[in-house]
Amino acid sequence: MRYLPHTEEDIASMLRTVGVERIDDLFSPVPPDCRMGEALDLPDALTEWELVTLMDKLAKTMATPPAYRVFMGAGSYDHYIPESVLYLLGRSEFSTAYTPYQPEISQGTLQAIYEYQTLTARLLGMEVANASMYDGASALAEALLMAIRITKRKRVALSPLIHPHYREVVRTYLRPGGYEIVELPCLENGRTDISGLSSMDDLAAVAIQSPNFFGCIEDLQEAGKAIREAGALFISSFTEPLAYGLFKNPGCQGADIVCGEGQSLGIPRSFGGPGLGMFACRMKHVRNMPGRLVGKTIDRDGRDGFVLTLATREQHIRREKANSNICTNNSLCALASAMYLASVGGTGIRDLASLNYDKAEYLKRGLREAGCTVPFDTPTFNEFVVEFPKEFKDTYQRLLEKRIVAGVPLATWYPERADHALLCVTETVSKKDMDALIQEVES
Amino acid sequence: MKESQGISGLILNEPLLWERGERGRSGFSMPRRDIVPSPVDEGLTGDGPDFPDLSEVDVVRHYTRLSQWNFGLDTGMYPLGSCTMKYNPKINEKEAALPGFAGAHPLLSAELSQGSLELLYWLEQYLAEITGMDAVTLQPSAGAQGELTGMLLIHAYHTSRGSRRSKIIVPDTAHGTNPASASLCGFSSVAVQSDEKGILSPGAVAAVMDEETAGIMITNPNTLGLFEENIREIARIVHAKGGLVYGDGANMNAVMGIVQMGKIGFDVMHLNLHKTFSTPHGGGGPGSGPVCVKDFLAPFLPVPRVVFSGGTYRLSEDLPQSIGRLHAFHGNFGVLIKAFCYIMSMGGEGLKQASQLAVLNANYIKESLKESLHLPYDRPCMHECVFSDKLQEVEKITTLDMAKRLMDYGFHPPTIYFPLVVHGAMMIEPTETESKGDIDRFIEALRAITAEARDNPDLLREAPRRPKVRRLDETAAARKPCLTG
Repeated sequence: MRYLPHTEEDIASMLRTVGVERIDDLFSPVPPDCRMGEALDLPDALTEWELVTLMDKLAKTMATPPAYRVFMGAGSYDHYIPESVLYLLGRSEFSTAYTPYQPEISQGTLQAIYEYQTLTARLLGMEVANASMYDGASALAEALLMAIRITKRKRVALSPLIHPHYREVVRTYLRPGGYEIVELPCLENGRTDISGLSSMDDLAAVAIQSPNFFGCIEDLQEAGKAIREAGALFISSFTEPLAYGLFKNPGCQGADIVCGEGQSLGIPRSFGGPGLGMFACRMKHVRNMPGRLVGKTIDRDGRDGFVLTLATREQHIRREKANSNICTNNSLCALASAMYLASVGGTGIRDLASLNYDKAEYLKRGLREAGCTVPFDTPTFNEFVVEFPKEFKDTYQRLLEKRIVAGVPLATWYPERADHALLCVTETVSKKDMDALIQEVES
Repeated sequence: MKESQGISGLILNEPLLWERGERGRSGFSMPRRDIVPSPVDEGLTGDGPDFPDLSEVDVVRHYTRLSQWNFGLDTGMYPLGSCTMKYNPKINEKEAALPGFAGAHPLLSAELSQGSLELLYWLEQYLAEITGMDAVTLQPSAGAQGELTGMLLIHAYHTSRGSRRSKIIVPDTAHGTNPASASLCGFSSVAVQSDEKGILSPGAVAAVMDEETAGIMITNPNTLGLFEENIREIARIVHAKGGLVYGDGANMNAVMGIVQMGKIGFDVMHLNLHKTFSTPHGGGGPGSGPVCVKDFLAPFLPVPRVVFSGGTYRLSEDLPQSIGRLHAFHGNFGVLIKAFCYIMSMGGEGLKQASQLAVLNANYIKESLKESLHLPYDRPCMHECVFSDKLQEVEKITTLDMAKRLMDYGFHPPTIYFPLVVHGAMMIEPTETESKGDIDRFIEALRAITAEARDNPDLLREAPRRPKVRRLDETAAARKPCLTG
């Protein structure tokens, strides 16, 4: 086996050093009644070439661009990733290292994560960001737990326009602790109804997503005021951070914790993972934050360097009193997003965000003219809800036969929106593709 | 010894990202604008983030230089105990990046995503076979989230039986994630000491196990690298009081094809695909922490589940007792692909051989170094061995000093100061992918270092000298945190 370097001679000589005769003797501490009687029932080992054939066969069944035109967003977005980012990320000094426990020989990862923390804080308008969480959903769950720790209250409120899967993950995380989750109502314009907050007391936090699951930009400024008046912490979440290239970031609108999914920033969709849990907060809350943090310091000769820091919040020191159990996070994905943001740049992210916005507006107009209803007049970023004119299922199916995936049907999560779909357009979708969709809907 | 593999070479300084670049540069191929601009609500727009503008060359040089300050597994031996830094096959990276996988949207309907679902389904079957369990979820994103999943399953199981249990038994050798995961589920941890042989005794468990206790979390082999020989008896004690046995599978690499945890008393366990199944750790993730359970816990597994019926694969949410979702979509699919490729490339016999050689390598190191370093538990070990700095105490040389000196010799240090039960622990896990020659050089280096500790201890106190930076001031970093630039 090419990954196992031992020759017969190596094995024999090593066994002599250990003082046993056969490899099996090494397992003498395993009681006989704990040992497997027979061999593992697994397929025979494949050669590298057989593996390639098998994997090609599996991958070819997937409906992906360019063969398919996929107008799906809903928490997973198709953006161009510069080849330079993929290339740099493949450098095995980054990819084959462990968590940087030994800073002297991990300065590459450490400086890169310090830079990621900085770029994230700047993008979200916050004072401090951690080294990453698993994904947007668990990041939100951890943000709510953090708010519960800070306020010592047991009740949280969620916008119904937070990604439905994120709300499910939140329920999974909060259930055993006995915390109460209040779901806020939704307004006619596709925004969260915050008017009821004034009558709710004892809230640890209120979480709102913007752009929300319907693609609508929430009025975070107003929400922030109402949440502060209710005495709760304001958690702002997101699934599409590219929006902050054009729209105001959550930090400048008063959010206390900002968290979400960073897959948009240079990470392939990869059937939903790995993505990137981005997590930021105000500096005054940093000691209650979950996850790893990289900080700047100096070495014995006074040179700048970086280390993992504030570890006393973490499980390996605090054990059951830790802020979180997170240990391995999504570091390499954080690195990918930093490389991506560095490549796009300050000027570029503005242009790219505008392009996403304009493309979605073009499709929105076109579909409206083709007879679709756009139920919400609130500004959106690169995805929006439409109601199809005819029987939705038929239209959707007919488009599928033309290899067009016309968005994500909403009825799964919002049964009252039977003929509605959430459509997404990014810079990867051309005018030609959008015209094709519009034409098909019209016919 | 022969010439050390650690030497100094030219590396380049590199400023922080935002200290490079000029306004107006770009490293991104901006798509052509084929539509007209649309008006946008000025009240909602912002200034955009304060990012530098860099060219592609700027970005490539920046990260290439940074990468050269890192030590990776491809650089050299990385014997980080409990972390299982085995070789990461290159073909697996290529397969995970296939456009059909990398470009796939997670909400594609079943008929548009058969290949991915098939891969998930079979990976679950293979992991069930390797662990001797009945059902598997691939959703958890890392070992710690797997532990949380396991605790949630145990919590849901007891709740479904109308039983409220508040405690969980955690041995003193456990990873810190164990008690932290348990407390997320509202369980308080009850510590149990390992015996003079470094393993759990049935008596110690029996003394604390009661009907208020939800179960026990056991890492097997444990973090001293020792097989929990009394596991069957301990499981019997816990089960008799209605508790469940949780297996931390961080050390599964030692016993693939040799022990099936589901057959020796474990009810639920997690695996770390970035340890046992060779997926790269990425300097801190993404990992993947599948959870394997016995039949009676399957109804509680996270949704969605992959099912196979009528010749097609699909996702099912129909699991009324499920603990719910753990991930926005289906877990770290890109990582799961690599683990699947690894299992397909190794086969059952190959996996068993990997475990055998991992155990051989660890025992070889243990025997070769026990004259130079104190070995608190002098017994046959599994995949890792734990030494301490007791023999170096006279020179006031610590495990930290020896670890730092190893860098100068061109090796990544072992895990240090863990497990907590050994004072000054040095936990060495070579894994099966290190050759005898590389291990011999590592042994020689550590012997040389213990000699230096006697003859020239300042060499250790001043170490490391060869990396880009010397020892860093961690106290200052924590006292006045500088977390952004």
